[in-house]
This record gives sequence, C-alpha cells and structure tokens, in this order.
Amino acid sequence: MSQIHVTTQINGDATEFLCDPGETLMDVLRDRLGLTGTKEGCGTGDCGACTVAVDGRLVCSCLMLGAEAEGRDVATIEGMASGDQLHPLQQKFIEMAALQCGICTPGILVAAKSLLERNPDPTEEEVRYWLAGNLCRCTGYDKIIRAVLETAADMRRAS
Amino acid sequence: MRYEAPSREEDAVALLAGQSGAHVLAGGTDLLVKLRSEMIEPGLIVDIKRIAGMREIVPEAGGWRIGAGVSGAEMGEHEGLRADWPGVVEAAGLIGSTQIQGRATIAGNLCNASPAADSVPAMVAAGAMVRIVGPKGVREMPVIEVPQGPGKTALEPGEFVASVFLPPRAPRSGDCYLRFIPRSEMDIAVVGCGLWLALDDADRVTSARVVLGAVGPKVIEVAEAADALIGRGLDDAALGDLAAACSKAATPMDDKRGTVDFRRHVSGVLARRAAGIAAKRAKGETA
Repeated sequence: MSQIHVTTQINGDATEFLCDPGETLMDVLRDRLGLTGTKEGCGTGDCGACTVAVDGRLVCSCLMLGAEAEGRDVATIEGMASGDQLHPLQQKFIEMAALQCGICTPGILVAAKSLLERNPDPTEEEVRYWLAGNLCRCTGYDKIIRAVLETAADMRRAS
Repeated sequence: MRYEAPSREEDAVALLAGQSGAHVLAGGTDLLVKLRSEMIEPGLIVDIKRIAGMREIVPEAGGWRIGAGVSGAEMGEHEGLRADWPGVVEAAGLIGSTQIQGRATIAGNLCNASPAADSVPAMVAAGAMVRIVGPKGVREMPVIEVPQGPGKTALEPGEFVASVFLPPRAPRSGDCYLRFIPRSEMDIAVVGCGLWLALDDADRVTSARVVLGAVGPKVIEVAEAADALIGRGLDDAALGDLAAACSKAATPMDDKRGTVDFRRHVSGVLARRAAGIAAKRAKGETA
C-alpha cells in the first residue's frame, strides 16, 4: 500500500505529511503530526470530539480522509490560543468551569469559535442547536452553554 | 486500498469502471462510517469533489443545479435556493449535526439509499432529477427512481450521481419537509413527509406531490394524497382526506422507534402540517 503525499495548511502553517489512503484526518493529526488536542470519541461522527474546521467549515475529522486535506486550510484546537494568550472562549471555560473531564472540550471550543465568528450574538437556542453534535457526558451542558453566551457578550462589548 | 481524486468526470468514470467494488466519496459522512466499521472494504475510493462543478450551485433553465459535492451547510447559505425550494434546503439541513452539515451532500443522502433519508422525500416532492454519469455516457433520472430498497440504487456499475437538478419553482407554489423524531436534534426520521403544491388565484390546489419517507423500504409518492387536494381549498375536509390517504399508503415496519400504527398516524399528521406550510409559501407568506 503506497502512501499519499499531502500538502496542506494547518493552523496557518504550511504542512506536508504522508498518509495511508484510508487514514482519517483525525488519525493524521494525532498520530503523524502530534496534534493530540483533537480527540477521538465515537469515531462515527456522532460525538464531535474530533471537530476541526476545514476551509472555515466545521467537520468531524474522523469522517474525513487525510488525503482529502490536500490544498485545504485546517484549523485545530492547537491554533486557538495566540501563544500564551488564551482565546476568550478558552478563558471563559476555565473561569466558569465549563468542563469536567475535558475530552469533549477541544471539539466544543472549535465549534463554539466558529459559531461566534458567524453569529456574534446567538440566542441560547442557537447555541444549543449549533453544539448539538458535540456530546458531553459530564457537565449536563448548562455551564458550556452559559460560557459560550457570556463569551459572546464579552466579545461584543470589547469590539 | 487506493484513493484517487480525479479532476475530470471521464477520469472518475474510467476509475470506477476499471475496478469492481470501487466506492464514490462525496461528503463521506456515510462512507467513512462504513469504511471504519469494515462494513465495506473497497479496493478503490474515488473522491469526486475535485471535479469541476461538483461543489457549485448554479442557476439552470430557471431552476438550480446542485453539484454532488455541495454540503448541506452550503445549501443553507444559498439565498436563491432557499427562496425557491425551502423544503429541500430544510430537509438537507436536518441531516446530522453542524459538523455533518459541513460535509454531507444530498446526492450522497440519495445514493446511501436509507429509507429514512431526509432529503429524498423533499427532492421527490420538488420534482428533482439527477444527472448520472457512467461508462455508457450521461443519463437523467427522476430522484424517485434512484432508491430501489435499503442500501440499493438504480445506478449501474461504474455510474455515479454528478448533480441534482431542482426545476423552476412554479408561480404560486411552495414546498415543505417535516419529519418526526423523538429528540429535538441529531436523530433519524421515524416518519418524513415532503410536500409540494401549487395554488390558483382562489387558493385552490391545482397541482401537488406528496411523498413519505421512513415508512417503507424506499420513498413513497402518494398520488391519492395529491388527488385528495387537487381542485380543493385547504379546508379541514381536504386536509382530512390528504391525511387519510397518507396513513393508508404508508407501509412502515415496527421497531423500537415507532410502531406501525403510530407511523401510519404520523404520516397523515405530517402531511397535513406540511400542506399548511407549503400553502403559506405558495402565497408568498413566510412559513
């Protein structure tokens, strides 16, 4: 089985990798590039733990082949903070304890960031629907939803 | 397994025709699940998204041509498509989560041939056609003829759906898709209903298509339900006849998500509600 050479952009950096034809983007990120912030939950696109943005659109990286990333722009949780400066969502999740075990958190942060980029003033219902594909078995969701809404309010005030 | 991403349609056809058991990759939200669970072990995957036009929604002959690689999210963001065929766009938008919407396509939803596919009843109600390319050339086929049963389609070996065509929306007509699921999101239809109707100036139905999903091995177009509406206003009697025709035409199975009786009943309820929404849209009201 010959490997495929893929040239892509990950968190703004030009990146090249070799992958097997059937290897998912999630496996490439985690096992070949060491970007282990992207988590594997279900592996079937139901839980959202492996959420990344590809060309600005959220996808489950477990349901995309690494080879499909050729020429695309991939954004993972590792690109969310600017150096030591956490993204406002990351900061707020810590302040409001919007996580417990943390496995779902990277996917939720990537998904929530994408929501706020599209809609800086979402309703609670909009946040809940947007994040319906990000399962969390610890928190009961309430603190997550509140943290996203509070961050949105903070970011609107700051802009 | 090999992965190929050709940039020309004829190259995709040659690749698919050249290897039995090759699979087409569009959005991948069904294919990757099957691949990872080893339900399928193809020797070749042909990614069609690099072919020109596959990721585009373009106006054509007053209607819209939607490439086989266009995602549900892209359809939902397209104002022209939303204005003409809101029922089809909503049906596509009901499939899976935000993340699934980033990749899942209506061509894939059709070719996966699940009896519960949300976009299929909506496409049939809209009178949609698919453009199929294959070793023997190009052919057009009404969407309703594509599914042949769970997991089975009318596509010949080497063929794939390249695009879906939604016809021009007739004046004073509107469409709608509704489904029943026990949750509020992220579920598979227990019953789905796509409905399109056109009204005359007195708000009587002149033409209609009523289509049920998830209540049989494949999508069901209920001609008797359309006949129950044609020539009548949408009063209680007409809507009652519509619902009765749908309940009668449904051939559901019993499973943990719904009994036969429940699914028959809900088929009628959804058709009734969908007719109300489609009529509002036909009159240019927001619904």
